Parts: sequence; C-alpha cells; structure tokens
Amino acid sequence: MTKVTMTVNGKAVSAEAEGRTLLVNYLREGLGLTGTHVGCDTSQCGACVVHVNGKAVKSCTVFAADLEGAEVRTIEGMANADGSLSVIQQAFQDHHGLQCGFCTPGMVMSSAALLAENPKPSEAEVRHYLEGNICRCTGYHNIIKAVLAASGQDVPAVAAE
Amino acid sequence: MHNFDFTKPSTIAEAVKALSAEGAQALSGGQTLIPTMKQRLAAPVTLVSLTGIAEMQGVCMGEGGLHIGAATPHAVVARDAAAHYPALAALAGGIGDPAVRNRGTIGGSIANNDPAACYPSAVLGSGATVVTNRRKIAADDYFQGMFTTALEEGEIVTSVVFPIPEKAAYVKFNQPASRFALTGVFVAKFKDGVRVAVTGASNDGVFRWAEAEAALSADFSAKAIAGLTVDADGMISDLHGTAAYRANLVKVLTGRAVTAAR
Amino acid sequence: MPKDTGIGASSKRREDVRFLTGKGLYTDDVSLHAQAHAVMVRSTVAHGRIVRIDTSAAAAMPGVLAVFTGEDFAAVGGNPAGWLINSRDGTPMREPKRPVLAHGKVRHVGDAYAAVIAETYQQAKDAAEQLAADTEIEELPAIVDMKAAVADAGNRVHDEIPDNLCFDWGWIEDNRAAVDAAMKAAPHVVTLELVNNRLVPNAMEPRASIGEYNPGTGDYKLTTTSQNPHLTRLLVAAFVMGIPENKLTVVAPDVGGGFGSKIYHYGEEALVLAAAKKLGRPVRWTAERTESFLSDAHGRDHVTKIELGCTKEGEILAIRTETLANVGAYLSNFSTATPTFLHGTLMAGPYKVPHVYVNVKAVFTNTAPVDAYRGAGRPEATYSLERVIDKMCRELNLDPFEVRRKNLLTPDQFPYTTPVGLVYDTGNYQATLDKAIELGNVAGFEKRAAESKARGKLRGMGLSTWIEACGIAPSHLVGVLGSRVGLYDAATVRVNATGNISVMTGAHSHGQGHETVFAQIVAERLGIPESSVEIVHGDTSKIPFGMGSYGSRSLAVCGSAMNKAVDKIIAKGKKIAAHMLEAAEEDISFADGKFSVAGTDKAKTFGEIAFSAYVPHNYPLETLEPGLEETAFYDPGNFTYPAGAYICEVEVDPDTGKVDVVAFTAADDFGNVMNPMIVEGQVHGGVGQGIGQALCENTSYDENGQLLTGSFMDYAMPRADDVPFYTVDHSCSTPCTHNPLGVKGCGEAGAIGTPPAVVNAVIDALHRGGMTHVTHIDMPVSPHRVWQAING
Repeated sequence: MTKVTMTVNGKAVSAEAEGRTLLVNYLREGLGLTGTHVGCDTSQCGACVVHVNGKAVKSCTVFAADLEGAEVRTIEGMANADGSLSVIQQAFQDHHGLQCGFCTPGMVMSSAALLAENPKPSEAEVRHYLEGNICRCTGYHNIIKAVLAASGQDVPAVAAE
Repeated sequence: MHNFDFTKPSTIAEAVKALSAEGAQALSGGQTLIPTMKQRLAAPVTLVSLTGIAEMQGVCMGEGGLHIGAATPHAVVARDAAAHYPALAALAGGIGDPAVRNRGTIGGSIANNDPAACYPSAVLGSGATVVTNRRKIAADDYFQGMFTTALEEGEIVTSVVFPIPEKAAYVKFNQPASRFALTGVFVAKFKDGVRVAVTGASNDGVFRWAEAEAALSADFSAKAIAGLTVDADGMISDLHGTAAYRANLVKVLTGRAVTAAR
Repeated sequence: MPKDTGIGASSKRREDVRFLTGKGLYTDDVSLHAQAHAVMVRSTVAHGRIVRIDTSAAAAMPGVLAVFTGEDFAAVGGNPAGWLINSRDGTPMREPKRPVLAHGKVRHVGDAYAAVIAETYQQAKDAAEQLAADTEIEELPAIVDMKAAVADAGNRVHDEIPDNLCFDWGWIEDNRAAVDAAMKAAPHVVTLELVNNRLVPNAMEPRASIGEYNPGTGDYKLTTTSQNPHLTRLLVAAFVMGIPENKLTVVAPDVGGGFGSKIYHYGEEALVLAAAKKLGRPVRWTAERTESFLSDAHGRDHVTKIELGCTKEGEILAIRTETLANVGAYLSNFSTATPTFLHGTLMAGPYKVPHVYVNVKAVFTNTAPVDAYRGAGRPEATYSLERVIDKMCRELNLDPFEVRRKNLLTPDQFPYTTPVGLVYDTGNYQATLDKAIELGNVAGFEKRAAESKARGKLRGMGLSTWIEACGIAPSHLVGVLGSRVGLYDAATVRVNATGNISVMTGAHSHGQGHETVFAQIVAERLGIPESSVEIVHGDTSKIPFGMGSYGSRSLAVCGSAMNKAVDKIIAKGKKIAAHMLEAAEEDISFADGKFSVAGTDKAKTFGEIAFSAYVPHNYPLETLEPGLEETAFYDPGNFTYPAGAYICEVEVDPDTGKVDVVAFTAADDFGNVMNPMIVEGQVHGGVGQGIGQALCENTSYDENGQLLTGSFMDYAMPRADDVPFYTVDHSCSTPCTHNPLGVKGCGEAGAIGTPPAVVNAVIDALHRGGMTHVTHIDMPVSPHRVWQAING
C-alpha cells in the first residue's frame, strides 16, 4: 500500500492504494465517491467515465498509482457551485435522458467532455462520441436530445416527438 | 487481479532498467492489458508505466516522416497528426471510444499486436519504421503473427516513424460488440507504389494484400481490384463472421479505402 | 394546453437529481462497518459431477473467514418455481431442486458450487482461485441443443429427468383437433421455422447483495438488487432458509435496471445471509459483468415452427405453433410461466382468428436458467405471428398493411374472447395502424427508397401490429392456471399531521419513475402539490406487501391499489370533515383539495383535516378513529391489453450485409397516460432493446456449453450510433375498462413490437433489391447473416 495523492473535484485528496487499485476503486472505496459506477470488466460500458486532467477516461481501466498528482473530476463535482444542476445535468433532467440512473454519471461525464471539445456537435457526432457509453434504459433517444439541448442547439423536430 | 509493484520511470533508460527485473511488464495506456489482468490472464510482478516518459510522447515531423512517440495517446495522434497524415489521424480517432483514445497508445497497440487492432494496419500499410530502445525495425519485419512481434525480451517501442504517402485511407468494419475491427483495411499510395494492409481478418494477424497492391499500383481505383478474389483460407472464423465473410470484407473495404483515399 | 402538474403532465423526474449528482444509492454503494466480501466459485464446465472439493488450502489463505460449499446448504430448501404447468397428458411439470450452491453436479458454466468469504474482495478472489484449483469435477457431455436434449434419454441435466423435458404443454389442448382440421381445410398454409434468440438482460447495474445478521435480535437484513423485495423475502424466508418472515427485512435501494433479470431470487442472496449469520458480520457480494452473463437469468430462446392457414386473399383461418423453449439448467422463478401463459395466450395477436393451438415443450439444458426478460413470452408470440404474416403477404403477393387491416379486430367487437383464453376489453387497432402510417410517412417511402438506391443501399419497410396482455394479473385466473402466488398489489397512503404524504408502494421503481408519476396521481386526486407527496418503495420493513414491478404492471396494479387507498383517505376525510363542520357525512363533497358541505360555503382544506386527524381533541372516538392512513390491496379484474402498430425502415448495405435502422415509428395505445414524457421514454427504451434483439444481441453457447458471448466484447449491446431517433405516439387511446386509472402499461411495448418490424423491413429491403430467395433470416440479423443470406 502506498499513499496516492491527487486533486479530486478541486480538493487535494490522499488515500491508500495497492498497485492493482484502479482509479474507480480509489474513488469509490478510498474516497467514498460512489457516483462513479462499475458496469463491466472490459472497458466497454462507460459507467465509470471520469475526467483526468480534463479528458474523459474509463476509471476502471487506469491504475490510481499511475495518476499521482492528477486532476480528477467525477460526477460529484459537476454541479454548479451553489449546488444547482449544471447545464448538462439540467438538460438530462429536462429531456428525460436517464431512467435507472446507473449509466448516467458516465454519460454526463462523456457528454461534458464532448461539449468541451466540440461545443456544437451534430446528432451523428453525439451518437459517435457516446459509443463507449452503454445505456440499457433509454434507447439513447433522450440522451442524444439532452446533449444537443445542452449544447444550445435546437433539438431536431423528430426528436421532439 | 493479482497484485504487483507499480513503478513509473521518467526516462526510457530507467524504464528499460526496471523492465529487466524478473516478472516485470510494461504498461502503456493499459486499455488491453488492464482488462486482461482483471481476468487474471496476465500477472506481472512489477508493472512499469511508460506514461510518464516525456521522450515517448508527442507527434512531430522529422527525418523519414511523421514521428509519433510510442506513449502518445490515440486522441493526441488524432488531433496532432491531422495536418500531416490525415488517414493516420482518422484511424487513431476511430479506435475504441473517446475515453479509450485518451489512454490507449500507439506503442501499446503495436507491442500487443492484437489481430483486430487498427494501428498495425497503418504501420504496415505505411511501411513505417518501429523504433525501439535498441534498434529500428521495418514494419514488414516487425509483425510476426497475431500477438507476436519482433520485439525481444526487455525491448520497448519508443516511437514509430511514418513515411507520408500521397494518398491514404483506412476503412474499418466494426465487430458489432467490441467495436474492434472485424476487418479493417489501410491503403496508402506512395510515389513508388501502393501498400494495402489488412487487420482483423487473418489468423496470422495484420497482413499485406499483395495482389491488390500490384493492381492498385498500376491503377489506383476501386475498379482495379474488381476482378480480384481474396482467399478465405487462413481467415479468422468466429461467431461474428466466417472466413468467407471476412475475405469478402477485405475486398469491399479495400475498394472503399481506395475511393476514400486523400 | 398540456398540463404542467398532476395526472397527464410531463412532470420532470424528482429522482433524477440524485442520479445526476452521483448521490444515488445502489446496493454496491452501501458500505458497512466490518463488512466481509464474498466471491462465488463457479463451474467452468457446463456439466459435471463434483468429485471432490478440498477447501483446506483456500480456508487457510490470508484474510479468509469462511468457505461454503453445496454441502452446507444440502439441508435447506431450494429456490422454487412460481408457476406449476401441467403437460398435455395432465402430468405436472418436472421440478428439480435448485440449491443455493450446486451440490453433487454442476449444470452450467457459471453454476456456483462454492463461495469464499474474506476480509477483502481481492483476498476472497485469490482464495476462490485456489478453491477452484482444488476442486475435481468429472466432466460430463454437455446438453446444449434442445432438439438433441429431448432426443437423448441417456444424457441428463438432472439425473431424475430422463428426457430433459420439463413439460409438454398444449394450449388449448381441447381445441387441437379443430385447429388441425381448420389448417387442413385452409386454401393456403404458410410455414415458418424461426429462432427467438437468447438474450442476456444486461441491466447496467450488475447484481449485488449484502447480508446482515444481528445475533442479539435474530434479525436478518438483505440489501439486494431486486425488482420485488417482498417476493424475495417470501422465497428466502419461507422456501430456502426457513427464517420467519418477520425476522427478515429485504431492501432494494436504487436499482440500476432490471428488465426481468432482477425479479427472481438468486442463490447469492441466501449465501450472504447465511454467511452473515455464521460470521456475525455483514457480507457483501457484487457480480462482475462476466458473472452476470454466466448467472443472471437469460431471456427468450425459443425454437418455433409456426403454421398459418389462410385464404388466398389473406384472411387468417388458423394458427398452429410448436415451440421448444429452453429453461436452462434450473427452473428460475417464472421460467415456466413465460413460455406458456405469457406466450401461448397471445398467439391470436390483435386479430380475429378462429382457430389457434400452441404447443410448447420446455427443455432443460446445461445453460444458464432462462426466464422473463422485458416482454417475456409476448415478444416471442408477436415475433412468430408477425413474421409468418409477413411471409404470407410475400407468398400471396398481398399488401402487408391491407392484410393487417383485414384481420384486425374492430372496435365494435370488444369485449372479445380469443381462442387462446383471453378477453380483450377494449382497443382500436385500426387507429394505431392509421397513425403509424401517417407518422411513418408510408406514402413517401418509394421516394426514400429511390434515394437510398442512388447511394447503393437497399431500403425496406417492415410493419408489426402487436398486442400484449400485461398488468398481471387477476389472482383468481392465474391461480387456476397454475400460479403459486397471487398477483395483486398494495399501497399505503399515510397523511402526516402537517398534510404532506408518504405513499408506500409494493411496486419497485428501477428506472420507471414511480417516485414522480405516483406522486402526480396522488397530488391530483387530493388537490395538493406534487412536492407534498413522497413515494417510498423497496423496503419490506416500510411497505405493507407487494408483488413488485415487472410485466408492465406497476401503474395498472399498484397504481390502482394506491388510487383505492386514496379513495379511502377521501372517505375518511369526509368523516372527519363532517365532524368538524357539524354536517352529515353524505353532505360532504371533496374537490380541489377542499372538503365542503353541499349548498353552503362551509369547508375545510385537506391540510386542516389532516391536522385534525392527528390532534383529535374532540373526536367522537366510538365512531371516528384518529389518524389518516389507509392501505389498499388491489387485485385486477382482467389483464390489460396495450396494443400498437410499429413501422421500421432500414437500409441494407448489400456488400457488407450491414443493416441500419434509419427510421422507426411507434403508434401505441396505452389507455390513459399519466406522464407522457415517461411513457415515451419507456417506449424508446423498449424499441432500443427490440432493435438490439433484432440486429445485434446474441447469446451463443458452443457445443461444450461454453458461453462464447460472456462479455461486452462479444455480446453486442446496441450503442448510441446503432439507433436513430424514434417517432413515438400514444394519442390513440382507449382507456382500460377495468382499472380506475384507465391505464394499460407501457414498459414492455417496445421490446414486443419492434423485433418483427425490423426483420420484416430487412426482408423487404432484400426483396426490393431482387433477392427474393431470402424468405427469412434468424435474429440477430447481423451483417454476417445478411451477407450469407444474400449470397446463399
């Protein structure tokens, strides 16, 4: 066990980690940040996506020890400073972009990363960007709508059905 | 997974030294290795992270073409190679998904040489040079069958140098579950001829399709390969596609890559 | 003008805030002091005799606290089947014991035969690996293929069941001869053999369970990923562990999707409770995704031959099916109901068909148990029927829209008794068909097809008109049919002294939005703000009883119970108001949140009544009890019958065989709609899963019973870029006639109506491209299969 120190959601944190401790375990078990979820073992589902140094990363497929000194942001750090929902979070609620909520943290983190890179993505770009985040509930319809809405674009008429 | 010691050197020399220890294994982006370790199919004693080595990072033009540090993530290649080698950038930008591309690296990909990985086709299709801590290896000598390369014990890929073709394109047909290449074809047209490298299809890993190269070198158009057939012998057959299906894809995707090349 | 609150409003979901901020509480998020970790040891062979398990080395490993094997549970009960099916000859189905841990034999890859409990997860995992190495299993030939299973009397999944047959069911057996005669007399008979592909439900949250035991009180607590905690409590307490029900609390906190797979009780739940008791510490277990693939109940897996007798003009005269239904290695709780009463009873579809006969043989194999998955039996029936009708249209050169129209029941025919035992109460199937044709712009199809063709793609359009029976169920009916449980539901409406309300529901929400929708209904009925109503679910210590959420039943059954409890609250409120206002009870009316005396301006608000109920200073106690809390149980009078018309448009790449769904239209009749936003979301999700079944999802075992699709690397889940935006409509509403809200249920619709629409569209595309030799492709209609069909 060694101490691994990083900045998580703007706060300096430190927790014990073995070599094999994955970032997601560090967050969930070390720091009690259980908003980041584990949905698979093969780096496919994306429920565990967080931001590391501003980039979307699957926290189940990176070792905590490899991230000494990193800036990490999780779903717990996405709301506005006053605790209100951020634009993306609010769009997910407004457009019913979540049902069971399990994939949601990863979806929000991936969507935030997309909009940071590409503030006005097309429908196809949103769908392509989210291919590494699996949702079993929504058929993706309202997730895509939410991301387009969060980008300030008109949601296509068909999607408004 | 089994536990291990973790070390993160900051120079190639330190990394090489750390890797000389018994049971040491290199960790690059980890997007393949970590899932493998979770299944307990790999159990290194020491894991040597290559992600902290500055000299293995980055994309720049230099002698022989475009130099890409082995520990450069796919997302960085997708962004920084775009102006120099758009087909390569596009390939990098289509590997896995965005989160995977932020961690996975070119060096990790070609050291593993997964038969369904994208990068080997670009390296072989471009006639790139694989640079290691010991030597330079031509792509044609580097890939030696699925999950097998010319790398020796203790040898790590430090960079890859890509000659820039006149035109090139990569077309991938996704395996529907993993989104790896069920088959992917990289076509590159150089002054002195065309190279066609195929990934995902063969039991021997990435390979060059010689007949197509000859035909396309004479006439770089999709119709030039219309009369060719791909032998299904030796192609991978699994629940996502038979050997015959993959053989068909090789031809279809080659034609599409030729048409898409720019 | 759409409403912005109450019944019919698209109220935003209150549960979203916690999920969007990482504050949900799923089972694996619960962390308890002194908790220990369980890892299951699972068979790596499909079929084998356990020769020896040497636990000594594993037990001695660092951190290991306990090791369990099947021997430890040999004396306790098995996990029972919830529905008794009788075979055609009247004999009851075969019911092998399903133990907590496999004992004697292992029967599928992933069958847990031991468990290790350790201080940390990794220690338990290490010891489990050791235990597996110290176990000797004599491998037996795997029974994978259903046809081979019933043909081979020597090779048995369960030694006591010679032909691997659970039952041979005929529905309705007495009608068989008449159906045979009608089929023989039919001018044309269409035959189709098809596979309804086996699916893995893959809720994004893997199963997890935490057991606790208090030696001081003898109380057990199970926190688990369940769609119906009360049923789990009943099964664990009464059948498996022999714990008094009042000594066991089952909590299903936030649950990350279920789709059927979390209805059932699983052995891990009993294991963590037994381990917690033994160790005096909480014991937790969470499945890895691969474990979910290996041990969650799978869905579908039917092999069916369907025959349809008709006139040359496409009038359906008779339908006859023979199905082999895979139940896997053990009977999961509802595995016997799914291929029978949830399948055979739907085989008339929304059509007037005089003669229908269904035969289902349920077969044991060395594969994971198969049970209800979103739709459960009804997708299988709908797929068979809609595919064979499509084939009839091609064989007879008839228009699929007109053939449906000709055969659909008409509104004047309700109530309608089908030849397979259901009574459809209401519907307007022509209306949803017309709506789908309009919204799907069927008139513009040829133009779109031409555009596709110009891009080298083949465009096709497929239709399905579907019906389901849901809102299960009338207990008296299912009891006659073999159900061992009642299928009512319950709710308590507790009005607190300050006028806000807690509603305890037997339904469990794991994505459906009950916390929002149920509150809308109560708020509307009582004339109070939605925010004054809190919905409590998923905890047996707080809730009267309930049968959980599945089968699109939550609103139709539990919502009705809640509505009935609200009726009682209003009735009690009237009594209180009569007392307070010194009026006769029958003169009190309740509207807009006020109790008023008829013909006067005397009134009391709901809040005043509530307060008075808890501060009953001058109550006539002999006639008026203090307090304002009511419980109601509701047992429905009939199933509900949602129905709809789905149109799918695909483009096929003839060179690669890849199919893209480019447009999808769903016009549904769900009766009254409580929250349109949520209903549409349910349809989207069902359609997405339906497209997944049709195009990409497949569960493949090799001949040795090894699961080839044991992770997301090989099991293709639909992704965001596999699907289009869907056009959904629910405006054609015929309210359910027998429940107070007039609701029918919407959860399973998409998964039922979609697969045949997609496959019909693919076949249409190929026919339009001249490949008329392709009459059927089994799901998933993967690129490889389409290419083979084109080139075959």
